[in-house]
Amino acid sequence: MYSQGLIGADGTTHEDEEFLTAFQARIDAELKIEPNDPMPAGYRKTLVRQIAQHAHSEIVGMLPEGNWITRAPTLRRKAALLAKVQDEGGHGLYLYSAAETLGVSREELVDQLLSGKAKYSSIFNYPTQTWADIGTIGWLVDGAAIMNQIPLCRCSFGPYARAMIRVCKEESFHQRQGYEIMLTLCRGSDEQKAMAQDALNRWWWPSLMMFGPHDAESTHSDQSMAWKIKRFTNDELRQKFIDATVPQAEFLGLTVPDPELKWNEDKGGYDHGEIDWNEFWSVVKGNGICNRARLKARRMAHDDNAWVREAALAYAEKASVRETAVAAQ
Amino acid sequence: MADLMPDMIAGAKFKYVLRLADDQLILGQRLGEWCGHAPTLEEDLALANIGLDLLGQARSLFTYAGEVEGEGRSEDDLAFLRQERDYFNALLMEQPNGDFAVTIVRQLFHAAFMVPFWSAMTGSSDKTLAAVAAKSLKEVEYHLRHCSEWIIRLGDGTEESHVRTQAALDELWGYASELFEMDEVADEMLVTGVGVDAAALKDDWDATVDAVLARATLNRPEDSWSQTGGRSGQHSEHMGHILSDLQYMQRTYPGLSW
Ligand SMILES: [Fe+2]
Ligand SMILES: [Fe+2]
Ligand SMILES: [Fe+2]
Repeated sequence: MYSQGLIGADGTTHEDEEFLTAFQARIDAELKIEPNDPMPAGYRKTLVRQIAQHAHSEIVGMLPEGNWITRAPTLRRKAALLAKVQDEGGHGLYLYSAAETLGVSREELVDQLLSGKAKYSSIFNYPTQTWADIGTIGWLVDGAAIMNQIPLCRCSFGPYARAMIRVCKEESFHQRQGYEIMLTLCRGSDEQKAMAQDALNRWWWPSLMMFGPHDAESTHSDQSMAWKIKRFTNDELRQKFIDATVPQAEFLGLTVPDPELKWNEDKGGYDHGEIDWNEFWSVVKGNGICNRARLKARRMAHDDNAWVREAALAYAEKASVRETAVAAQ
Repeated sequence: MADLMPDMIAGAKFKYVLRLADDQLILGQRLGEWCGHAPTLEEDLALANIGLDLLGQARSLFTYAGEVEGEGRSEDDLAFLRQERDYFNALLMEQPNGDFAVTIVRQLFHAAFMVPFWSAMTGSSDKTLAAVAAKSLKEVEYHLRHCSEWIIRLGDGTEESHVRTQAALDELWGYASELFEMDEVADEMLVTGVGVDAAALKDDWDATVDAVLARATLNRPEDSWSQTGGRSGQHSEHMGHILSDLQYMQRTYPGLSW
């Protein structure tokens, strides 16, 4: 997803000038870098961090929406939500595999998530309070993810770019599905419409925060742009998202909770109010409403089920010993 | 008297299809609780897959039950807007997820029954049920393979996994017998060529389960106890809690579209 994936990224490399120039020339020629190609250590490290954070976001992102599977209002919505959350798990799996091509194991990455060392998108630290949150997440959160990920389909690292092509198709399906939930609510009763407005009020600003800090604060952005890991800056993507989303809110008859939001003819985009960066950094640092609950849920799934994974491993070992014994006979 | 017959048959068929739908709905609901919390990412996807299969089957069955009843009730009316006493799932389906062993044993019991059940139902005189059966059979065959593989790994894995899985078998064993029960409704469906002789599937179920348990080095529990009641709407304490989640939206906001 997630330009937040670059927060704290250290793109420093120690390779010599000639190597770096040759590498940059490949990037500039829009050649894809593949796992076995030579690459600067900083490039590898930046990608591992970004892909891992993206994968963690998919996995942690299963929790807020999973919160409504048992309570979905109709069978059609229940099946669609379960399938959507399953898709997100599939994205996680796919992304962990892409990261593994860079020489880091899924176990290592998961340990970093569970220890709190690795980050995931701040958006998933907000609670899903009502059914309208499920519509809003599909509409805004998957929508913001798509904004981030469409350019990543042209990312210089081949496996990530290819993963994004597949993932983007599913994310846009999720986005349409979420918007359709909102449309149904907004054409429903007053209570339903109020539920939709309330969800937009709570999710709008956190969705804008998904694009990460202002460009001026985004320390490692330049190197990532040069390496074509990133194609647009955080603020550019945020602006695209706002410009695409505000008319959708208007069509729903909902009010975007930003009194300063105004069409700017000259720039051909919306001006908007300032994001509460204190809130953003507080959530990134682990103090959002659900940070602790999310990590606890992931740790419980991991720890309480360790015996299952150990059993599978023990069985596989026994089976291979038996096979060897049979072969020896 | 003779004109009442079609109505009586329709009434029995409605109830028969509804029971079948309730089994898949309630078990699917239970599997939905796992989403995001499974032992591995792969298993998270697999449990969601099985849950989605069951929800899909439930939807076809509820829709058909509504047609059979002929009172204009939709799949959602039937799935969400009944009193607890009017749900007819077997008690096995509503048992809590417990640890992963309990979930997988519960699923094994279900799948080992549904494979021969759907297989027999493909020969139903009712074209709709035969079609649902053909589609569902392929799905539960996969569920059975998936669960069997887990039971074998858990039973023949570590000391801990063996103990947990044996405990899960002991905990759920007495709930299996309800699957094979026949009553007036089921008999009626059997003689009209619509339904399946569930009692006759017991040998098949025993053979499947025994073979899996043997490979898993697990003991088949004694047939010393059994629970019943679901088919007549007499549920365990768990059912009310399932319904309070399941029905939450429809009860809180009656009569709206979502
Ligand atoms: Fe994503
Ligand atoms: Fe995703
Ligand atoms: Fe998505």
